[in-house]
Amino acid sequence: MTLDALLFQAINGLSSASGLFFIAVGLSLIFGVTRIINLAHGSLYMMGTYIAYSFATKIGGVIGFWGGILATAIIVGCIGALIEILLLRRIYRAPELFQLLATFALVLVFNDMTHWIWGSEDLLGPRAPGLAGSVELLGRRLPSYDLFLALAGPVVLLILHFTLKVTRFGRLIRAATQDREMVGALGVNQAVLFTSVFALGAALAGLGGALQVAREPATLATDLIALGDAFVVVVVGGMGSITGAYLAAVIIAEVKALCIGIGVVNFGGIAVNFSKFTLVAEFLVMAIVLIVRPYGLLGKPQGAVRSVAEPEEPIRAATPMLKLLAAVVLGLLLFLPVLAQSSPYLMILGIDVLIAVIFATSLHFIMGPGGMHSFGHAAYFGLGAYGAALLVKWLAAPMGIALAAAPLVALAGALLFGWFAVRLSGVYLAMLTLAFAQIVWAAVFQWEGFTGGSNGVIGVWPKPPFDQGWAFFLLTLALATIAVLLLRRFLFAPFGYAMRAGRDSPLRAEAIGIDVKRIHWLAFAIAGCICGVAGGLFAFAKGSISPESIHVGRSIDGLVMVLLGGIQTLTGPIVGASVFALLQDTIMRQTEYWRALLGAVILVLVLAFPSGIVGAFSNLWRRLRGPS
Amino acid sequence: MSVLAIRGLSKAFGGVRAVNDVSFAIGPGEFLAMIGPNGAGKSTCFNMINGQLAPDSGEILLGDRNIAGMAPRAIWRLGVGRTFQVAATFASMTVVENVQMALLSYAGDLYRLWRPAAALHRERALELLAQVGMQDAADRPSRELAYGDVKRVELAIALANEPRLLLMDEPTAGMAPRERNDLIKLVKQLVLERGISVLFTEHSMDVVFSFADRIIVLARGRLIADGNAAAIRDNPQVQEVYFGTGKTFSNEASPGAAP
Repeated sequence: MTLDALLFQAINGLSSASGLFFIAVGLSLIFGVTRIINLAHGSLYMMGTYIAYSFATKIGGVIGFWGGILATAIIVGCIGALIEILLLRRIYRAPELFQLLATFALVLVFNDMTHWIWGSEDLLGPRAPGLAGSVELLGRRLPSYDLFLALAGPVVLLILHFTLKVTRFGRLIRAATQDREMVGALGVNQAVLFTSVFALGAALAGLGGALQVAREPATLATDLIALGDAFVVVVVGGMGSITGAYLAAVIIAEVKALCIGIGVVNFGGIAVNFSKFTLVAEFLVMAIVLIVRPYGLLGKPQGAVRSVAEPEEPIRAATPMLKLLAAVVLGLLLFLPVLAQSSPYLMILGIDVLIAVIFATSLHFIMGPGGMHSFGHAAYFGLGAYGAALLVKWLAAPMGIALAAAPLVALAGALLFGWFAVRLSGVYLAMLTLAFAQIVWAAVFQWEGFTGGSNGVIGVWPKPPFDQGWAFFLLTLALATIAVLLLRRFLFAPFGYAMRAGRDSPLRAEAIGIDVKRIHWLAFAIAGCICGVAGGLFAFAKGSISPESIHVGRSIDGLVMVLLGGIQTLTGPIVGASVFALLQDTIMRQTEYWRALLGAVILVLVLAFPSGIVGAFSNLWRRLRGPS
Repeated sequence: MSVLAIRGLSKAFGGVRAVNDVSFAIGPGEFLAMIGPNGAGKSTCFNMINGQLAPDSGEILLGDRNIAGMAPRAIWRLGVGRTFQVAATFASMTVVENVQMALLSYAGDLYRLWRPAAALHRERALELLAQVGMQDAADRPSRELAYGDVKRVELAIALANEPRLLLMDEPTAGMAPRERNDLIKLVKQLVLERGISVLFTEHSMDVVFSFADRIIVLARGRLIADGNAAAIRDNPQVQEVYFGTGKTFSNEASPGAAP
């Protein structure tokens, strides 16, 4: 390709960078001040596009379009303020994970709300009045609107920069970003500050979404895509830094533009299409930055947020009561195939639940006792599933070999990703694991020749006798039981104790000779390996695997399962996974708006049962027995 | 021969020389107190010895081995125990499990995946707890303990690797006066029995002057005095850093300085 073409792509990249910047800067400001990662930020952006579309088409003309964009920003800002006042204010003191879950519930609710109001069709807005033409640039035609967008980003950056620098509001934002407890102690009304920052961030996201109305159609998939992009930008730029956000937006947009610009290149006879690696490239940039500069390009290490999580009870060996209960449950499950003769669906349901149990228990292993809040557990599920499916597809491997390979493939991935992940903690670890999961997803999605792309791999059916529902169920039951008992055994062994020691106090653990990073790395690998079993079983249970089933949604499902059961208990993930899988397979499939329903369930969980189902029961049990 | 010898230890943060060319040594079985006003460089000095910070220059000789810049866990494996200024234990474990944790690490059992940890080294852990008078609380969750008791458990943990040197950063901080003396008496008795050397920092002068075998004084990053209690008490430089010379205010009031 020519230099001109490259330059043209670079300028085009700047207009995408502005879009990224608008959404990312709001996320960054909100995190800086409130320490909440607003997962619903992509939803605000998406709603911005939809609302602006309605203004531009219902009112129309210059006023409908340009006035509509401004009005949209204000409306979305108000929605942001409402979110802060009605929901977030109740959970500022809750553990980080619960805040993430609550905002994720909003993602689900907003998506269905948008679906309900505007329908599922993609909606393309009108061209911008006054900027509908294009300009000649380097012998190519660049839409004037893109040029306008490329300039809009830096203009907003400058306005924000000076607002933060000279106004009282800006000083408060900067002060709160450095130490919000101190700002509170100095008598600043935090409630007003938090609400206004949230409204400002939301308005910027709304503005960004509204500005896209003349460029791209409004679709329901925008929320997660925009969120993913915004994350990458914020993490690369540094949480809380607006200049960093713009810098990162430019880097990401340019890397993507470059990938598209390069196109197909031949490497010694092998054609590599770079335009298919835009997604991988984006998350690769993020992973590299996080490894080299863990706090982002222009970010600073944050002051430690005072932990308010309730301390955990020491773990105790299973009581006779619990053992009896486990035996009864296992006995009932063994009996289930008999019942299934009249309703075959029971077997499918049972297999789904058991796979969910393996998935959630392995996630809990690192999340609970390990304290590593992985937002990308779907990666190891996916590696297991694809590892098994691709062996069947390309090498016609027998089921036993494919199933045995699944945990090994996942183990290899977990060893690689975990090595980097354990070097970070808290939110940054969550983001890096998410990035790795997205890399796996994007690689699978875009590498059509090998993985089948968006169609996935099909025809992965189990061999007799496991083609019978009951036989496959029993196989799944056996593997799930082994997985759960094994993980439990590890937790009671010295290794599990060392893992908890490293979580409780890394400083003290190091001071008694524990290599915390190494212990956590191995724990990460073990969890990934076990999760791979779930993936392998899933591929054979469904007869296929597609990128959709290893998307970020699965990682979040895992988090919900663990928190639903209760993160501080060892039986929690089993109960949580069972309840969640049953809910998903029964009630959720009955309604078109299952997302909103799931969102509502999560909100209730977060606000009413912060210690999960098992946690709530054991608290109740302790209270009934009185002080011992 | 000394157990620990510090030679020319220095560390700067930006332009601030927190520790500046400090040298001293601890003999076998010696109870050495490091004192100094706030900001004197005590914590920085301590954190370099225990591996939390790497020095800019200088040697930290444990026996004849230079441990400067080594990781805390490696230094621990060489026989250096430590307690922290803000005591805390592994909150999700019982008292005895906290001590067992250190014993498991000392025995190289950390990567074992099969045998339940609860039964491993329990006897030895109970023995250590008995020595600090905490055996009755062995199976209580450690987060329920009173602060003074946490300090005792921490001491039991620090003794788990049979150290030859014990580093104690403000061992009595946050304790009532009577508890302070009890704890230091206990430490002194335990280290005497085992011949362990102790380096400790302390703000309570009562504790320092009644228990330390020797005292070193830091001020603004430099070592300004090294000697027994009587020598330190009479040292004019020490008196100056602690009580001032009376010149501080006259300097500020000089003409031209005031607006």
